[in-house]
Amino acid sequence: MSLDRIDIHPTHNYEGFKLRRGKPFPFGATLVPGGVNFSVYSSYATSCTLVLFEKHALQPMGEIPFPDEFRIGNVYSIIVFDLDYENIEYGYRMDGPNNIQEGQWFNQEKILLDPYAKIIGGRDIWGVEPNWDDIYHHRGRIAVDDFDWENDRPLEIAPEDQIIYEMHVRSFTAHPSSGAKYPGTFAAMRQKISYLKELGVNAVELMPIYEFDEFENSRKSPITGETLYNYWGYSTVGFFAPKAGYAATGKLGMQMDEVKALVKELHKNDIEVILDVVFNHTAEGNERGPYISFRGLDNKTYYMLTPEGYYFNFSGCGNTLNCNNPVVRNIVLDCLRYWASEYHIDGFRFDLASILGRDPWGYPLANPPLLEALAFDPILAKCKLIAEAWDAGGLYQVGSFPAYGRWAEWNGKYRDAIRRFIKGDGTVGDMAQRLQGSPDLYAWEGRGPATSINFITAHDGFTLADLVSYNHKHNEANGENNNDGANDNESWNCGAEGPTDDPGINALRARQIRNAIAILMVSQGVPMILMGDETGRSQNGNNNTYCHDSELNWMNWDLLAKNTDLFRFFKHCINFRKAHPVLRNQYHFQNRDYVGSGYPDISWHGTQSWNADWSDTSRTLAFLLCGKHAKAGTVEDNSIYVAMNMHWEAQWFELPGLPLGQHWHVSTNTGCPYPDDCFELGQEPKLDHQAGLLLGDRSVVILIAK
Amino acid sequence: MILFQERGINSIFINLNRLIMEITIQTLEGISVAELKGEIDAKTAPTVTEKLLPLMESGSKILVNLTQVSYMSSAGLRSLLSLYRQSTAKESNLLLVGLSEELRDTMSMTGFLDFFKTAETLEAGVSALKSS
Repeated sequence: MSLDRIDIHPTHNYEGFKLRRGKPFPFGATLVPGGVNFSVYSSYATSCTLVLFEKHALQPMGEIPFPDEFRIGNVYSIIVFDLDYENIEYGYRMDGPNNIQEGQWFNQEKILLDPYAKIIGGRDIWGVEPNWDDIYHHRGRIAVDDFDWENDRPLEIAPEDQIIYEMHVRSFTAHPSSGAKYPGTFAAMRQKISYLKELGVNAVELMPIYEFDEFENSRKSPITGETLYNYWGYSTVGFFAPKAGYAATGKLGMQMDEVKALVKELHKNDIEVILDVVFNHTAEGNERGPYISFRGLDNKTYYMLTPEGYYFNFSGCGNTLNCNNPVVRNIVLDCLRYWASEYHIDGFRFDLASILGRDPWGYPLANPPLLEALAFDPILAKCKLIAEAWDAGGLYQVGSFPAYGRWAEWNGKYRDAIRRFIKGDGTVGDMAQRLQGSPDLYAWEGRGPATSINFITAHDGFTLADLVSYNHKHNEANGENNNDGANDNESWNCGAEGPTDDPGINALRARQIRNAIAILMVSQGVPMILMGDETGRSQNGNNNTYCHDSELNWMNWDLLAKNTDLFRFFKHCINFRKAHPVLRNQYHFQNRDYVGSGYPDISWHGTQSWNADWSDTSRTLAFLLCGKHAKAGTVEDNSIYVAMNMHWEAQWFELPGLPLGQHWHVSTNTGCPYPDDCFELGQEPKLDHQAGLLLGDRSVVILIAK
Repeated sequence: MILFQERGINSIFINLNRLIMEITIQTLEGISVAELKGEIDAKTAPTVTEKLLPLMESGSKILVNLTQVSYMSSAGLRSLLSLYRQSTAKESNLLLVGLSEELRDTMSMTGFLDFFKTAETLEAGVSALKSS
């Protein structure tokens, strides 16, 4: 039985367009029987006009002022019938006060993008220069949300079991060596899933894939003459739309399906998808920036403004999204719910998340409503929420980010401590905290080890190969006189700045890279590795490659053949972590034996067993994880002993004794050249001398008891 | 819109604004062969659904020949997937032939191809359906 609804008939006519009162919910443009429902809101606008274009047309095909009776509250909604929904683009004109001192930027001349647009045209194909005279650059399009997911659902991998691979969609396959038919796209990434699977990671964290404008602030490099882009994409144009230029089908408007097909296939391969989301600012920049959307829709609502009406700049990018305004809070929530439910996204990493905890005047809130709302939202309930717990305004909240029992953090202190330790600085006391999942930062609040996203390298900063090859950043290619990018890198070039023929230096670098990944994979918490580190990817010492669509960012797949031994070592460390639950605890160590094994859950050692050297100058540390305490004693695992010698000379490490019948076996020894640097699971050779072993200078040994 | 009967072939020819789209349906060795010509988009897709849906009967075999489809939009792909869902519900057997390289790539990248049985040529398609 079917019910003929009466709202399928137009009631109004305007210059040939058949219309009817729309529904305020849902916001955005939605296909309804016979037409499209458009709904948009503004707190301060006095009138609103829907502007319709034929796809790519320079001039509108029609402009429809919203009849006053179609407005409810601050929401304008209208149904337009008989639209060829695949071939139209839409935007709005908003009228209202224009008084910059009061924060009001209404300008009827401007055509504005719907903040809820699900597909955005205008930058359909990556890198194709736009028509700068276009009156409307980023154009809303009508989407169909009916992807066939079959049985798919977000994977809900336990947080402590995650191994994250941070990557850039375009960089992953843009290099000709990728062999991709459509390089730099979601589709090409899908073809490379087997690579991720082989590496062993179970989550990919995608650098921004929301629609952005690669031509924002684009310019020529003064050094190379190449075009510099907004390449990384940390500047959002539309929060609900995937980056069309990353989709091979973007020119056909099918980017939504392409992303969903990728997510579905990753899920089939047990790999979660985490999105790096940028809610701290938008692509509209400061007072000199363009009108794209928010500025013309409701400037005062969306942006944090100084009393004089200027933009606060806590993001370092010109403006600051006013996240704790209730209207903005709702759009952020709507956005994340949309990606979690429509795209089956498994988690989100929030760029400069501390901004999300500031009030509309910029002050940090004790109980930020947005962060709380996200933590308790029913749709996001199983999503990973990861904060970059600092901002460019000086707020640094690693260890104190308002977490509500849900938020994990990029642990910048982990990164710094490991970097210092492997180059022979820092303290072993600091190291001990980082290796345990940073209980000093998180345990007091009842937050588990998986709160700590452990990383040594990420997109910001050196790659792992560069970390051991450069003392200083070399960002000249960015065209900012090497002033951009961080100066405190805690890096060490091992004796020469940049590439060298010195075999001793190269051997040390190879070892330092292995030390880093080995330590990362035996640390409690969630390890994250940076795309390409497993193949020795270099950025020539550039620690801020945000603007390069070139080999500085691209993954060079030829390196895989060149550095097979490094790739093997990465795979080994990841496999080892996955095989041993004692490395992936849900709760912090208690530093005691609570299962009656005769060993504490974790014990500390040094060159002498049971007696770590905690002095400030100590460069040696070892720890023993008791296998019977794995996952709080709920599963049985091998005991694991990890020894780290960051001294410039070899050191003899006395080994803790094992229960009768068990012996130490060598899993990893970064001090040994290939192929003895690591051994396959189950193939670990028994250590000749069970009482102790000599660790080479600057090397890490991992033993298992069996 | 003109509907005509000709030598046992039921053919529909529509011309909406600028788009032209033709569907020819004939029976070949117990298989319904639907040949589509032209562009399938939001305007023409409903006709594809309307004409092909009646072919989805219990146990029927349907071959959709796309050799002469020059363009298929998102709505076009959706009409095909909708037919596939109907064919599974009716336990009939649907197969696509003649996908151009571009169409095959688009369907592959957007996940639509995963659902369909395909064959390169009409002969191969008929033969595959006969043995199914």
